Amino acid sequence: MQVTVKLFATFRNGRFKVTSQELTEGTGCRTIVLGLGLAEEQIGVVLVNGRHAVLDQLLHEGDTLALFPLVGGG
Amino acid sequence: MLNLLEFLQKSSVDGLLPWSAQLDAVGRLSLSHAVVEEIALVSRLLPARYQRNRDMISVAEQLQLFRSRIAVIGCGGLGGYIIEELARLGIGQIVAVDPDKFEEHNLNRQLFSTPANLGRAKVAAALDRVNEVNPAVKLIPVRTFFRAANGRELLQGVTVAVDALDSISCRLELAETCAGMDIPMVHGAIGGWYGHVATQLPGDTTVQSIYRNWVEGKGIEKDLGNPAFTPAVVAGLQVAEVCKLVLGRGELLRRRKLSIDLLDMEMHEIPYHAPAEVIHFPTREIEQERAAG
Repeated sequence: MQVTVKLFATFRNGRFKVTSQELTEGTGCRTIVLGLGLAEEQIGVVLVNGRHAVLDQLLHEGDTLALFPLVGGG
Repeated sequence: MLNLLEFLQKSSVDGLLPWSAQLDAVGRLSLSHAVVEEIALVSRLLPARYQRNRDMISVAEQLQLFRSRIAVIGCGGLGGYIIEELARLGIGQIVAVDPDKFEEHNLNRQLFSTPANLGRAKVAAALDRVNEVNPAVKLIPVRTFFRAANGRELLQGVTVAVDALDSISCRLELAETCAGMDIPMVHGAIGGWYGHVATQLPGDTTVQSIYRNWVEGKGIEKDLGNPAFTPAVVAGLQVAEVCKLVLGRGELLRRRKLSIDLLDMEMHEIPYHAPAEVIHFPTREIEQERAAG
């Protein structure tokens, strides 16, 4: 299946803004996150097709995954 | 009192009360700047310091701002700019909460930090600055950590609470305290080139949703720190939200978070609707990308 992955803020460093990945049907968000070298505790927002999702969520053909890092400073 | 009113009216030109007359009234009648400002506004006289706001904020609205009490939780990067802007806006009472002293590593961004202020309590420096900028504004300095345990006491009588904290667990405690007291909260967070803002009204759980994946520790700010401009940008957006909340005007950043990227100069709006609702994303910026092919 084809999945679009969009990265934001620091997640783009050394990676990409948007890319298309060819994955096995039913791959989970967590697999993609870990495959990008990101740790779970760095994740702020996970959106699948514009809806808030958990990392356990499985992806399907044509899905778009968007990842924003956690921001908490003042 | 009649004499004061008469004096203020006589001193005003076109409904604008000059600073020199305010100062004169304070000196001659041994009144506080706050009392003189309130009587002027009640009598529909606008202190001339606000004259450039005149067409966007009416005298009646200026009185609403003056009669509001805003809590600023955290007086560091965000908090310094927020307090400065609230004071210039003419907010009557500002409760400033922070346990810390200024340290050298604050000098790159925290508005009230100066070499001379190193080692001084941040809330004490905030008090001096506000007295200097707008003596009609009363700043209540509270040198303590904000926690759920003292939250109710700190937010007593507050119109809006502004989240300028640097700890996610404290932010969540602030959100819970505001919810329990029916106080609107303006949330802002920063890290490096990035930041976000959201406004939460009683009954909303936006801040809790923003940090739903958080377990412990800090975000990207841990490694990136913060530069001079990111707190200024996010603080400005937060104060605009406070102004609108007090005046009941405009569209709030409610049930949505504005995510700001100053490096790629992008702003993304992330919706935080009720869970059952369909959330539309990509945002405007991405739609433009799409339109551009």
